[in-house]
Amino acid sequence: MKVEFNGKNIEVEKVTTVLKLLEKLSLNKETHLVIVNNRLVTEDYRFSQYDTVKIIKVVSGG
Amino acid sequence: MKCKVCGGKAVISLRAYNIALCANDFVSFLENRVFKTIKKYRLIDDNDKLIIAVSGGKDSLSLWYILNKLGFNADGMYIDLGIEGYSALSLEKVKKMSDILKRPVYIFHLNNALGKDIEAISKKIKRTTCSACGMIKRYIMNRVCLDKNYNVIITGHNLDDETSALMGNLLYWKEEYLWKKGMVLNEEEGHLSKKIKPLFLCSEREMAAYAVLCGIDYIYDECPFSIGAKSLIYKEILNRIEDNSPGTKLQFLKGYLKFASQTKVEKNHKEMNYCINCGYPTRSDKCNFCRIMDKYGIKGNIVFEEYRNTDEVSG
Repeated sequence: MKVEFNGKNIEVEKVTTVLKLLEKLSLNKETHLVIVNNRLVTEDYRFSQYDTVKIIKVVSGG
Repeated sequence: MKCKVCGGKAVISLRAYNIALCANDFVSFLENRVFKTIKKYRLIDDNDKLIIAVSGGKDSLSLWYILNKLGFNADGMYIDLGIEGYSALSLEKVKKMSDILKRPVYIFHLNNALGKDIEAISKKIKRTTCSACGMIKRYIMNRVCLDKNYNVIITGHNLDDETSALMGNLLYWKEEYLWKKGMVLNEEEGHLSKKIKPLFLCSEREMAAYAVLCGIDYIYDECPFSIGAKSLIYKEILNRIEDNSPGTKLQFLKGYLKFASQTKVEKNHKEMNYCINCGYPTRSDKCNFCRIMDKYGIKGNIVFEEYRNTDEVSG
């Protein structure tokens, strides 16, 4: 499945839920939001075949 | 997941509160949290003239939006550090929000004022970029209040910013800063403006979710100079703990507030003066900013460009 992350499109082995996607990419759910088809979703969201998926990193600053 | 309030489809789970919320109820929840923080900790008085320091990021832009929505009319200020590929884009987002809110924003262009961008200044004054940036921001934020008659500066520091700073102060036992990390820094003898942080108890994740749900256009990129910063390492560690034990960051900060209120901090009894160069409050003859600028021969003129939507609402 294709995922937009940090402004780049990456290819990720297909997973069933948002939580599994974050785990697959070793991303902390406290520091990332997942947007599917332009809508914010919870970790239990189950992906469909044509979903557009975007991951947003929420940590900023210095 | 279902929304704890209405039973509809949830868009975010807030494990620290053991709830999940739909878009509308989350937006209300966050706005209510900011409102309650302002009231409970008496951050804003009726006659205060408010100005918010905006960076173009999710926290400050969302806070500016929330404050005006809640009836706390705040104008904006932006410090253009002249960072290539970053400052211009940030300023674009700030102006966009200024247009939406119909509130003016005062812009300080470092290049125009001091003839150098932040990288060149930090090299010249032999400080790290973040240290030079902090020194300049503190000065300019207070200066805009003095020049434009505001008495309260608002910043978008959030729960993650505060817990990571607290962790840094604890790890290195920086006693001089340790008990000064409250959500209000009161004005000093009528000199330095009061500073408040209404997002003190709101996490970065919550603020990003709010910005996404309200369609707030913010800059996603981090400041290029923040890469590798210690605060980001502390944030990562704290969020790993939070992932395992939700609510830890809130407990850490609330516990700190409790102890800070019981801890007596020794006041600096040195008499307050005004800087002989710029009139800025200081405890010696020159303020820190002028002293450093003089020492390294940097001349400048502190002026603010005023940007405002032509249909501005007064208040």
